[in-house]
Amino acid sequence: MAQGAVAADAQYDYDIIKKFAIMALVWGVLGMAAGTYIAAELAFPFLNFDIAQITFGRLRPGHTTMVIFGFGGNALFATSYYVVQRTSQARLWGSGLANFTFWGWQAALVIGVLGYLNGITDGKEYAEFPWYVDVLIAVVWVAYLVVYVQTLRRRSQPHIYVANWFYLAFILATAILHIFRNLAVPVGLFHPESYSLYSGVQDAMVQWWYGHNAVGFFLTAAFLGMMYYFVPKQAGRPIYSYRLSIIHFWALSFMYMWVGGHHLHWTALPDWTSSLAAAFSILLLMPSWGGMINGIMTLSGAWDKLRTDPIMLFLITALSFYGMSTFEGPMMSLKSVNALSHYTDWTVGHVHSGALGWVAMITFGSFYHLIPRLWETRLWSTRLVYVHFWLATIGIVLYIAAMWVSGIGQGLMLRAFDDYGNLAYTFIETVQFMHWPLVVRMLGGVFFVSGILTMCFNIAMTIRSAKLEQAAIEAKIAAKLAGAGA
Amino acid sequence: MFEWLSHMENTKPLALVIFFVTFVGIILWVFSGKKRGERLESYKNIPFLDEDEDSGARQPKEVADKDQDNG
Repeated sequence: MAQGAVAADAQYDYDIIKKFAIMALVWGVLGMAAGTYIAAELAFPFLNFDIAQITFGRLRPGHTTMVIFGFGGNALFATSYYVVQRTSQARLWGSGLANFTFWGWQAALVIGVLGYLNGITDGKEYAEFPWYVDVLIAVVWVAYLVVYVQTLRRRSQPHIYVANWFYLAFILATAILHIFRNLAVPVGLFHPESYSLYSGVQDAMVQWWYGHNAVGFFLTAAFLGMMYYFVPKQAGRPIYSYRLSIIHFWALSFMYMWVGGHHLHWTALPDWTSSLAAAFSILLLMPSWGGMINGIMTLSGAWDKLRTDPIMLFLITALSFYGMSTFEGPMMSLKSVNALSHYTDWTVGHVHSGALGWVAMITFGSFYHLIPRLWETRLWSTRLVYVHFWLATIGIVLYIAAMWVSGIGQGLMLRAFDDYGNLAYTFIETVQFMHWPLVVRMLGGVFFVSGILTMCFNIAMTIRSAKLEQAAIEAKIAAKLAGAGA
Repeated sequence: MFEWLSHMENTKPLALVIFFVTFVGIILWVFSGKKRGERLESYKNIPFLDEDEDSGARQPKEVADKDQDNG
């Protein structure tokens, strides 16, 4: 085994993957802790302590940026650099440029998040970075594309494995989304503010074209790339149907770009545009469930693995949440349902069923598979993986159940009329109703953060034991050489 | 021709037709032809062509032990 491991380490560039993987966990802890804190602020507003930097409005974009781009982004860099090498059987091209993507990405995150806390923001959801960070991200992204494509060009396989298609679609789509959402004229070279090229309803349309496709290509397609590699590898059997994965890929690519308008039902957006978006959202159910079934059926004939392998539990639970949230999303995009759900906590619950249940769980499962292989060792504790799994799962269930209660209740109260046509409830009554669900949501966050902290401890101990093993091997070799010399 | 393409009311349905036909074409291409189907399905094994480190010893200790017990 050791020989094979050394050969793999020499054949592939693992250093860059290790760096991205560790930073994914660091940003994950920071981002999820920030999320839990702002959840607590919503339940107990005194917790902002009148400190501007930690008020909900400033910390919230910090939370979303740290979890989406910090945790998710670093995890995607790590896994994509691993998958492209392993499925191409070629070493990563341009280690210097790959290192630039690492440092550039971390710099963008640090500058961006510190800026938000101090009130520097473009004010566009999930695209709050000021113009100079946007430029840095664009440069990093081009470097990422070059490294990825050049590595694919080195491949020993004539065929490009489907996971790479998903990663490539993510890289290309994110570039288009990032550039067009952030087209702006800076106020000055040393000024953080800029004038957007869009205004009014056009700006809203561009915003949700960007926002929903960030969900579609950053948080879905890319993590499907992760799924199409790590689920078969962990299961020890190939994906259920390769042809289905091809249809899954093209259907998502053709359909996702149309659905952003469903975020703008009942607004100044032309009615036909949001109806079209709703129709495409319903159509998306088919490829999403096709992909989910493809992933889950990979375990067909080996379901017993769910009893013995906690990593498999993470991966299959992630796919189940992918199925659930891609059913809930199209349902919420229906205009009549949206009239109730929009502007309520139901939307927040839906987002987190995808973000925690799908994105975070598939990442955790993939990392538990990946990290021991990067450090040529085995996981320090499998029991802690089970502990993490249950903490995360209980956290998600508490979170989304609380948000269903809060959101649907809030929606019903805001739409209730008395016999005379007056609003049945005042706004503050809806806020009072939401208090306990918000407390439960905060508890769900505490569970989830405890889970990732457990994982970090397990991973730190895994890396430590790998280093100790390595040192012991080196000492043995040195002793043997010394013995042979004497 | 260029004049015709410059009108959005022409290009939008044209784009719809092109996308729809392409997508249907992809589905037909993927699911027709036995030999093609076999070739496409053979690509599912690519992640397993690189097996050097996937021995049981790399799995979590308890899982590796259980696998060994099960033969």
